[in-house]
Amino acid sequence: MKQVMSNKLVIALYTLPALILILALVYVPIMMSGYYGLMDWDGIGAMTFIGLENYIALMQDAKFWDSAYHSFLLAAFSTLSLGAYLLISLVLANKLKGSELLRKIYLIPMLLSSVAIAQLWLKIYDPNNGMLNSLLEFFGVENTPIWLADPDLVLFSIFIAIIWQYAGFYIIIYSAALKGIPESLVEAARIDGANPLQIAWKIKVPLIAGVIKVTIVLAIVGSLKYFDLIYVMTGGGPNGASEVMASYMYKEAFGAYNFGYGSAVGFALLVICLLLTWLIRKLTTSDEEIQY
Amino acid sequence: MTSKQASLETNDKTKLSLGNRIGLGLLYLVLVLVAIFQIYPLIWLFFFSLKTNAEVFGTSPFALPSDPQWGNYVKAWVDGGVGSYFFNSVFVTVTAVILTILFASFVTFAITRMEWKLNKLALGLFMVGLMVPIHSALIPLFSFFLDINLIDHPLSIILTYTAYNLPLTIMIMLGFYYTLPREVEEAAVMDGCSIHRIFFQITLPITTPVISTTAIINMIYNWNEFVFVNTFISSDKYKTLTVGIQNFIGQYLTDWGAIGATLMISIIPVLIAFFILSNRIVEGIAAGSVKG
Repeated sequence: MKQVMSNKLVIALYTLPALILILALVYVPIMMSGYYGLMDWDGIGAMTFIGLENYIALMQDAKFWDSAYHSFLLAAFSTLSLGAYLLISLVLANKLKGSELLRKIYLIPMLLSSVAIAQLWLKIYDPNNGMLNSLLEFFGVENTPIWLADPDLVLFSIFIAIIWQYAGFYIIIYSAALKGIPESLVEAARIDGANPLQIAWKIKVPLIAGVIKVTIVLAIVGSLKYFDLIYVMTGGGPNGASEVMASYMYKEAFGAYNFGYGSAVGFALLVICLLLTWLIRKLTTSDEEIQY
Repeated sequence: MTSKQASLETNDKTKLSLGNRIGLGLLYLVLVLVAIFQIYPLIWLFFFSLKTNAEVFGTSPFALPSDPQWGNYVKAWVDGGVGSYFFNSVFVTVTAVILTILFASFVTFAITRMEWKLNKLALGLFMVGLMVPIHSALIPLFSFFLDINLIDHPLSIILTYTAYNLPLTIMIMLGFYYTLPREVEEAAVMDGCSIHRIFFQITLPITTPVISTTAIINMIYNWNEFVFVNTFISSDKYKTLTVGIQNFIGQYLTDWGAIGATLMISIIPVLIAFFILSNRIVEGIAAGSVKG
């Protein structure tokens, strides 16, 4: 038994395809990104080593900090919206009629491609023929906003589309976690006279604290690297008002052919994501893990 | 349900005061409004995909199409070349899913069933891969594929999809493998069965439930992927739907009906998969994130 199950040749045969792929296409590239960040390079010609110049320029690049600020705004919005998703999941967990169907309806947008979602929301926000402004006009609103072309509204408008895309995802995660709470605990609290609100807030929420923590990391890191809808809907415009870190990196590399500088931005993005993941984990692990 | 539980529940119901009932009704209304918010844009999309431009610009966006223009779909599929993008998407998605499932099953089998020293290290390598932001790897990947002449070749995206989906797939598979009894496999070893026969004839068949869960999740992710195709593929003949519809919309900028039809064509396969397999999809999303 032991001999068969520790055959080195078989282990190599079974693990190497996946290991080679993940090393060559995930780990080597992210390290190369830091290395290319030290180069002056247009992506095709020769590379010139310029030391930390790109990283120093990055520190002083107002456009980068603007895009980082927008990314952090998205992260803050997304984290706040988790509260609403949690509330919806708690209500759904009370075995309401049709809650299974509702959950599934919420999930549908998450299954569509970002490009389709972006194109659909471009049409919804269309100032003249879009669904939103037609609705506003129907209610008698004059001077309807131009949404994506308005620098003050653009980020918020895109954020609504992002909520539309991800709401179902988080509701599914919370619902799965809530389903894992033993019925006996809830029953015991009910017998002790706790009302549904107390049960939700004092028992259910603390019990799924671990999952809430995971979703906070997902929401923050997911927002910091967010790209798709912004790239398709506005390309970072108008005039940089919706530029985020990932779209800025893309523009620098594949638009302006500053592959060296783009790599530095990409590497900064990686470092920020990993640092924040670590920081959130560290800040939240002081709470005792709840066992049941 | 025991009679005690039943009596408790009826007790609860009779205790509900008028105020509580109104509260419950309001909560329900909110949930239904959220569902409408999630689903209505898609219904609106379906409607305008069947309208002429005159109808889109001249009548209320909430009106039903007066004379359904199925010709919009023909125009998108044939004239816009969406048909060929569609089949490219099918090819890339299916190939990448098969590779991912096979490689991930190999690795999960080796990690959970076989004995080797670097077992934990390999597992850690795959799990950390979950957190890597793809944009940080994009530039080095691009230059790597350029060096090995795979830029603008379907293999570049197939391999990349496989690599980036392995961590999630392995994570979901691990949970299932750990719960599987090993007796059958142990008995097979006693009978002198070769390890490859055990893997292909015993393990793979009994893990079909988790294979189908991960396959459907992978399919949706690959079908919708945008950044890698947009960066690596430039020839029309290799483009997949997400990038193809971007092209198409660029050409038919003001033809709302044709754009709507294209978007519908791109989301219909996902919607069909959802209606048939929604439970598996929900399960996969929950399993893939909660443990993160």
